[in-house]
Amino acid sequence: MTRQERAAWLFVAPVLAIILLVLVLPALLALALAVTDYSIYALADLSALRFIGLGNFTDLFGTPLFWRALGNTALFALFGVPMAIGSSLAAALLLDEATVRWKPLWRVVLFAPYVTSVVAAAVVWQFLLNTRFGLLNYGLGLIGIGPVDWLGNPRASIPAILIFVTWKIFGYNMIVFSAALSAVPHDLMEAARLDGASRWERFRHVTLPAIGPTLLLAAVMSVAGFVQLFAEPYVMTMGGPSQSTVTVLYFMFDEGFKWWNLGQASAVALILFAIILLLTVVQTRIGRRYEWL
Amino acid sequence: MAVIMNRRLLRTIVSNALVASIAGLTLVPLVWMVTVSFMPRGESSHFPPPFWPSRWSWENYHELLVRRLIDGAWFDYRIMPALWNSLGIALAATVLGLLLTVPAGYAFAKLRFTGRERLLRLLIAALVVPTQVAMLPLFLAFKELGLVNSYAGVILPGLAAIFAILFVRQTVLGIPDEMIDAARLDGAGEVRIFVSIVLPLLMPITVTLAVFLFLASWNDFLWPLIVLSDQHRYTLPVAVAAIAREHAGDGELMMAAAVVTTVPVLLLFLALQRYYVSGLLGGSIKG
Repeated sequence: MTRQERAAWLFVAPVLAIILLVLVLPALLALALAVTDYSIYALADLSALRFIGLGNFTDLFGTPLFWRALGNTALFALFGVPMAIGSSLAAALLLDEATVRWKPLWRVVLFAPYVTSVVAAAVVWQFLLNTRFGLLNYGLGLIGIGPVDWLGNPRASIPAILIFVTWKIFGYNMIVFSAALSAVPHDLMEAARLDGASRWERFRHVTLPAIGPTLLLAAVMSVAGFVQLFAEPYVMTMGGPSQSTVTVLYFMFDEGFKWWNLGQASAVALILFAIILLLTVVQTRIGRRYEWL
Repeated sequence: MAVIMNRRLLRTIVSNALVASIAGLTLVPLVWMVTVSFMPRGESSHFPPPFWPSRWSWENYHELLVRRLIDGAWFDYRIMPALWNSLGIALAATVLGLLLTVPAGYAFAKLRFTGRERLLRLLIAALVVPTQVAMLPLFLAFKELGLVNSYAGVILPGLAAIFAILFVRQTVLGIPDEMIDAARLDGAGEVRIFVSIVLPLLMPITVTLAVFLFLASWNDFLWPLIVLSDQHRYTLPVAVAAIAREHAGDGELMMAAAVVTTVPVLLLFLALQRYYVSGLLGGSIKG
């Protein structure tokens, strides 16, 4: 072993050991846990543990609340991803305008919600969304929209949480998109302008292809993020009203740490993993087809 | 000519006004959080919702932070202990995270060792594993090892920061090999080269990474919620969530709790935003 090699292992071994011990091994053990009936009985006495094959999965597929959680999570991702990416892109495009002044200031302000704790921000929004005394309903009232029972009506609870989440995270992708927009070739843009391309045509044929890969990466990350919603319903709605905001992760947490069905919860975690993997692959394929990658 | 000037002026006004109003709207929840936290108890539950306190009062902070005797028993919301827990845990997670990932990122970029490329590919593949998959077995393992309810138990999973290794590696790739080779010819040891030549060059991104790690640890919720059961060990988000689920009606008190949780990191972010934002931008935009 050369001196360089020895030094290299000295540098990488500690962190690799930790990754192995707290991420890789537990993830593999999750596979094993998911085929057992690990519950509060096994927690007390390991000899009560039994191998039940795919029993946890068939159980889950027969549990209405699990399907409800999958459906709610799908709704969150389906509406949340376009909302979040769209607002990030709109803000980035606006900040990219040559006429806008004090750009660093605006960037910091728009990014600020992202660094706040989800729990604390969710607490604030719980009050902003209050039906009677909340600022949001007050603002809507000024333009003649009647009070919405944001967190009490099962049809309004998902939009309410999505408004909050979008506010919280759009600054992050806005910065990422700003970086991508600054790399859009200038002469190409000028050429399109001289050819009489409209604003929309320039966006569609010059800007969009240039930021395509960034957009795709942001979409992949956002999908993964929205599929993993947990703290928002945990703090703001406790999964309610009438289970309209129970997400897959919320279901997993309750199953695992409220009812101590750790085998069952592990099966939920694996299904979540499979969904994220599948969505990532699908999005990458779509990206390739449109030659964004 | 005047028409063109006017159109340009109009556009300047419209785009700036638009940006300013979006920024204003974005700030409303944060400003409102602060003003309500200073309102006398119950004042925010009025219509129309007040935005400014009729009288600035510290009573919510007093109630939230000060331990007092109620019916012969000590009572407090345990926010001060949670603040210290959060601070200690976030600092430890940041320092340990830097010590582990910065040298590793350098080694993956510049040091030749067998299996480097294969390990790198494995690390990138491991990025797709959501941490939640590991949480349940990890909880059981930590329970066996006595790490449940300990600070080490909260910190450890966050140290597997693969993204941080890749982030450092990306920057180190930009350092010319000649600099390192020259030091080697001068007879400097590998550790010495890293500490006295590479590390100074990595200072800006080390600060960026430190902010990332600190914020990630400070704001982490699901894992501390799982692994901490003793209220005295709670971090701020866990403590605030516990209070929020019990005292949902006390707007002013909850806003004070939110202020205590968010303002420290907001200040940290403001102080170091130059590093944080430039880290995200990847150095492509100046100013």
